[in-house]
Amino acid sequence: MSAALLYALTGAALFAIGLAGLLLQPHLLRKILAFNILGSGVFLILVGLGQRDGTIDPVPQAMVLTGIVVAIAATALALALARQLLDLTGQMRLPEDRSDAEPVDD
Amino acid sequence: MKAWRTALTALLCAGLALALGAAMLALPGFAVRLPGQVAANLDDSGVAHPVTAVLLNFRGYDTLLEVAVLLLALLGVFALSLHGSGHARPSAPAHPVLQTLARLLAPLMVLVAGYLLWIGAHAPGGAFQAGAVLAAAGVLLRLAGLLPAWAQPGRLLRGGLALGLLVFLAVAAAALAQGSLLQYPLAYAGPLILLVEAGLTLSIGLTLAGLYLASAGWRQ
Repeated sequence: MSAALLYALTGAALFAIGLAGLLLQPHLLRKILAFNILGSGVFLILVGLGQRDGTIDPVPQAMVLTGIVVAIAATALALALARQLLDLTGQMRLPEDRSDAEPVDD
Repeated sequence: MKAWRTALTALLCAGLALALGAAMLALPGFAVRLPGQVAANLDDSGVAHPVTAVLLNFRGYDTLLEVAVLLLALLGVFALSLHGSGHARPSAPAHPVLQTLARLLAPLMVLVAGYLLWIGAHAPGGAFQAGAVLAAAGVLLRLAGLLPAWAQPGRLLRGGLALGLLVFLAVAAAALAQGSLLQYPLAYAGPLILLVEAGLTLSIGLTLAGLYLASAGWRQ
């Protein structure tokens, strides 16, 4: 197994970890972090698979560079939205995650 | 019930990872040789580094749309910050060591950003890396209390935020006369890419810093 394929397999593991975190963690900050881990896994898969025959492919590298910047912007917007939700409801959880916790009186 | 659901989700995600891994191990070889095509056309791209050539020339529209997305995200943060925040916290005065360090580092970071922008033509570097360093300088200055948060960005700041996209659009529109989108004339490809990258560096730096500085103003 080449190093490039090992990167891609690690990326697949990161993707699954991020997906599990996104589904299982009710706190929004953890969801945003999990989404970033998921995205990092995708970047690692793209770069890893792009060089699996030994030659480095600049096209996936450029796409990942683009993706990183978009991911930063999306994370910042997500954080701003989560902050807004905290201001409006006093909670960092989505309504459907709140239902199986103890009822909130407000 | 909840533990059972958690275990099932974790199991399904692990299964997905295994399936993805198996699919990667079974992948056939490349149908198209992209590295070869990039290397063959590198001389016509105006730059000597393949990643920069892909970003700014071969797939320039990716970068063009990306800058638009970046601007859109910042507009979203601005729109949210208009509502203000109920979680008001007084910002503590910054430590004098941090202030001195920030004063020393900020000019160096601007220098590094300029270097990264220039070196991008023939080595790893370019507008995004330079913009990220500029943004880090902005965040550092804000943390040291030397830069005000953006409650209402003024006309000059808004112009700087849009500059990268506008320069890129102007170059794309000018090159449209050649027949296709973002196909630079061969003789001017290098200078045009440097011009676009310079605008992008400033705008990406301001936008990334703004994503932090706009919401940092909520505390006051």
